[in-house]
Amino acid sequence: MLPYTIGDYLADDIRTGTISTDTPEFEEAEQRVQAQIESFINNKGTKTVDYFHRKLGKIIWNKCGMSRNEAGLKEAIQEVKALREEFYKDVFVPGTADSFNEPLAKALRVADFLELGELFAKDALERTESCGGHFREESQSPEGEALRDDVNFTFVSAWEYKGEPSNAKLHKEPLNYENIELKTRSYK
Amino acid sequence: MKLTLKIWRQENATAKGSMHTYSLDGVSPDMSFLEMMDVLNEQLMEQGIDPVAFDHDCREGICGSCSMFINGEAHGPDRLITTCQLHMRKFKDGDTIHIEPFRAKPFPVIKDLVVDRTAFDRIQHAGGFVSVNTSGNTQDANAIPIEKADADKAFDAATCIGCGACVATCKNASAMLFVSAKVSQYALLPQGQVEATDRVLNMVKQMDDEGFGNCTNTGACEVECPKGISLENIARMNREYLSANVKG
Repeated sequence: MLPYTIGDYLADDIRTGTISTDTPEFEEAEQRVQAQIESFINNKGTKTVDYFHRKLGKIIWNKCGMSRNEAGLKEAIQEVKALREEFYKDVFVPGTADSFNEPLAKALRVADFLELGELFAKDALERTESCGGHFREESQSPEGEALRDDVNFTFVSAWEYKGEPSNAKLHKEPLNYENIELKTRSYK
Repeated sequence: MKLTLKIWRQENATAKGSMHTYSLDGVSPDMSFLEMMDVLNEQLMEQGIDPVAFDHDCREGICGSCSMFINGEAHGPDRLITTCQLHMRKFKDGDTIHIEPFRAKPFPVIKDLVVDRTAFDRIQHAGGFVSVNTSGNTQDANAIPIEKADADKAFDAATCIGCGACVATCKNASAMLFVSAKVSQYALLPQGQVEATDRVLNMVKQMDDEGFGNCTNTGACEVECPKGISLENIARMNREYLSANVKG
């Protein structure tokens, strides 16, 4: 299932052995997750996790989908941010923290999606070219074909986590093609 | 559609469970059975009732998570499908539907309809693999010619998704359809020959240690299997097991 490179990358870890959980980093991460779990369970909200998940899906589908534009992406960023705030204020998670609790697990995932969703839109906004399966409406040829911008965007965007998605820091990983030259694909 | 649902509720493995009745309105015949369960859970949460825990993952019939016993059948009425592929159009407006977890001693209930199927994982770990050198010089599997008939049978066996419907259906809670599919997919291929003896002995031993019952050739497992795994695999496993014992 995995590309060969990943298997090779992980193979050496067979000999790494058990990684100790007795580190300040682990303690800190554990406390953070525990605090988040408790806040969800104790939150006296009125809306289910699925309510927020569906709303997020609609925003991303409509404004950060295969075809997107600057105005829509700016709206998406604001809408996801507002939805995230509403989520923490008004989500309702039933059950307890120490039992099998599917809605709680989902709440933790959707919390991540609500950050990642905003980052998606931010990344899409800054990449003003049409690239891969994504069509940036402002970046098209006179015939309406997707138009890449190799001068400004021949890099992979790696975003560094800085808390709020709006503060994420961009690291550019340049794409250096050694054996092929960049060309425009034609389906004609 | 309006339905009456009678669902097994059980807080945890040690708690005593019982059937609870819920009524659900506005079910579309186009919904999958799991989507119907989602709608029920939304309704329950709005009423302040703990939602029904059930397993699900891919919702496209390949992960084998959705272990529900519906109206006395694993994955409900209809053949060759998992619960996520069962649609509400198979039921009638006003129906009462009984929903229970897969029942077998080696599959203890975790909560409500969720059962612990790690016994299957342990059986797989006991021998459901081929050891391959990862030095980077591994021979491409497609470079080894295999007779078409064997390749087809191995592939058919490999379609087993390890859902446990065979165990839940069997009056003996036997896992032999599952284990035999995993044994067969390698027994039929040259790649599986190196570890063939150990594989069948170790997997059968693990199966017995987990507390699964034996096969009495009823064939109910084959009928309820979502992937149509054939009983022929059990015959092959028995043959493999016998010859492995002779070889010692």
